[in-house]
Amino acid sequence: MSPTSAPSKDREGGAAPDSRKAVRGRAARRHPFARFLVRRIITALLLALGITLVTFILTNLVPGDPAAANLGQRAIGDPAIVAQWRADHGLDKPLPQQYLVHLSGVLHGDLGQSQQSHRPVADDLAEFVPATLELAGAAILISLILGVGFGVVAALRRDRLPDHILRVTSLFGISVPTFWLALVAFYVFFYRLQITPGSGRIDPGMTPPPHVTGLYTVDSALAGQWDVFASAAGHLVTPALVLALYTIGLLTRFTRSAVLEVLGQDYVRAARAKGLPGRVILFRYVLRPALVPVITVAGLAFGSLLSGTVLVEAIFAWPGVGQYAYKSATSLDLPAVMGVGLVVGVVYLVINLIVDVLYGVIDPRVRLS
Amino acid sequence: MRRRQTAPRTGGLLRRLPEAWRRPLAIAGGVVAIAWILIALAAPVLAPHDPLAQELPRLAPPGPGHWFGTDQLGRDILSRVLYGARVSIPLTLLLVALSVLIGGLLGACAGYFGKWVDETIMRLADLVFAFPTIILAMVVAAALGASLGNAVLAVLVVAWPAYARVTRGLVLGIREREFVVSGRLLGFSAWRSLRVDVLPNVTGPVMVLATLDIGTALLLLSGLSFLGLGAKPPSPEWGAMVASGVEVFDSWWVATFPGLAILTVVLAFNFLGDTLRDALDPRTARAIKERAI
Repeated sequence: MSPTSAPSKDREGGAAPDSRKAVRGRAARRHPFARFLVRRIITALLLALGITLVTFILTNLVPGDPAAANLGQRAIGDPAIVAQWRADHGLDKPLPQQYLVHLSGVLHGDLGQSQQSHRPVADDLAEFVPATLELAGAAILISLILGVGFGVVAALRRDRLPDHILRVTSLFGISVPTFWLALVAFYVFFYRLQITPGSGRIDPGMTPPPHVTGLYTVDSALAGQWDVFASAAGHLVTPALVLALYTIGLLTRFTRSAVLEVLGQDYVRAARAKGLPGRVILFRYVLRPALVPVITVAGLAFGSLLSGTVLVEAIFAWPGVGQYAYKSATSLDLPAVMGVGLVVGVVYLVINLIVDVLYGVIDPRVRLS
Repeated sequence: MRRRQTAPRTGGLLRRLPEAWRRPLAIAGGVVAIAWILIALAAPVLAPHDPLAQELPRLAPPGPGHWFGTDQLGRDILSRVLYGARVSIPLTLLLVALSVLIGGLLGACAGYFGKWVDETIMRLADLVFAFPTIILAMVVAAALGASLGNAVLAVLVVAWPAYARVTRGLVLGIREREFVVSGRLLGFSAWRSLRVDVLPNVTGPVMVLATLDIGTALLLLSGLSFLGLGAKPPSPEWGAMVASGVEVFDSWWVATFPGLAILTVVLAFNFLGDTLRDALDPRTARAIKERAI
């Protein structure tokens, strides 16, 4: 939301509000971070509300009667039963009221029932979320390490061979269809060369570690089951790398231009003229300011990772939200698709909220502006 | 680098472009993109077989007579990949053109008129940005029903806000300029001022974004088809062809060639877009200039 919508506008007239405004201005100056935080959280809440509205409207766009989809053949012939069913599900009420019913359901964790699994969508999602978080977490970690590293190298060796190679590689990374790359990687490394483990999260026949976080690598390490850990980590590598390729490309390109911009600054030239060693200039003078905006891009890149999971998990039979979304989409299981949209949208929102706040913590100009 | 230094710092689009177009990436991108467009136009002449005819041996590996092999229904994959260009490329270009048109107009209105128009349009854009792209496109496509037309509509829903944002920002910078204000003072209507004075001045950067976006749009569209939410069989759409390759996993050629087709088209347009951006982005230009001193 625009900064002009900040709550500093005072609508009351007279002298008293003026002084109140001054007090509030002083308070804002004293607690600029709190104000920044509140504004960001309010924005995020409004957007979350918007996400529920979008999924609600889309569900209502679908031609076809939900009663017909949920009731049996014989029941649909009886108008009384249909009317009863519609009343039970709040479908006889006007749309705005239906939205409120939907919203209260969402707030109580009711995302509807999957037409495929015949279970509540929320239960399905709760089961699949940890697997996706593990995959996406590993992928963002790989992307940050490789993407930033490559970007710095490309900037420092600008217009030389490493830069050209990295430029083409990163363009390749953002151009390759993820679903196809996943298939190729699976075929080459597992099926042909047999150097990576197959599909799933651990080897077949192995018992998953005791549930603590739901992340197999973390849980197995906590339980000291190192064989399970090795298996889980091995299964994670290929899908995480495939998923990360796009974000590696994105972060390489962004880091390169950010570092190049800082390298052109006067203070870097001054540091160089002062005779500071190259490493000190790079880490203390160049990387710190250059990497601040990279955080924002990494937050946005997480969105493309979440998108990618839909395409990658399907190929690697990774039992996460992505595969659930894929199965629901292909069978047009609408409540499940909407549930995924809602949950992933909110997760993305929360991650970007954290990134925004982090950005504000690191760069005071952001929270003061 | 030396040559670039002699290039004029400012000036029209055309004066700066030729220099940029001489770079190997731009040439490679241009050649591949033009080749694919020609393939799309000449597919009926180039394709050795009917893309829909199920007349060849099933799952035959690549070899003489069928260079890319055949699929599980005995169709020639080379012909299907060539015909696929007629499905994917025009749809992608149409999609980007529509996104530019809708997003650009909405963004221009938001920037020009401000107030509630701006608020409404930009909050809508924020809402779209709140979703990861393919998830929202998937949700929209699932709600509308699986068809290629609906997939295009779904990607359109996801794609317009980027143009709206960029155009709005540019229009905000231009609307207070003297030639716009004097036009308004002369009594020109808002629509005329927008059309004659403002929009022509924002087309350049928006076109760069559009070129950069062609690849992304194709990836999204083929991704939706891969998910079964786009093209219907037997249409030779590349994403759907890759999906059919998943079923016959050990016949690698079924999925490989359509995937390569997507990759080469996206890569070509990304090469072009990247060159364009470098040539026109003042930030990169400044960094280059300052480093060169």
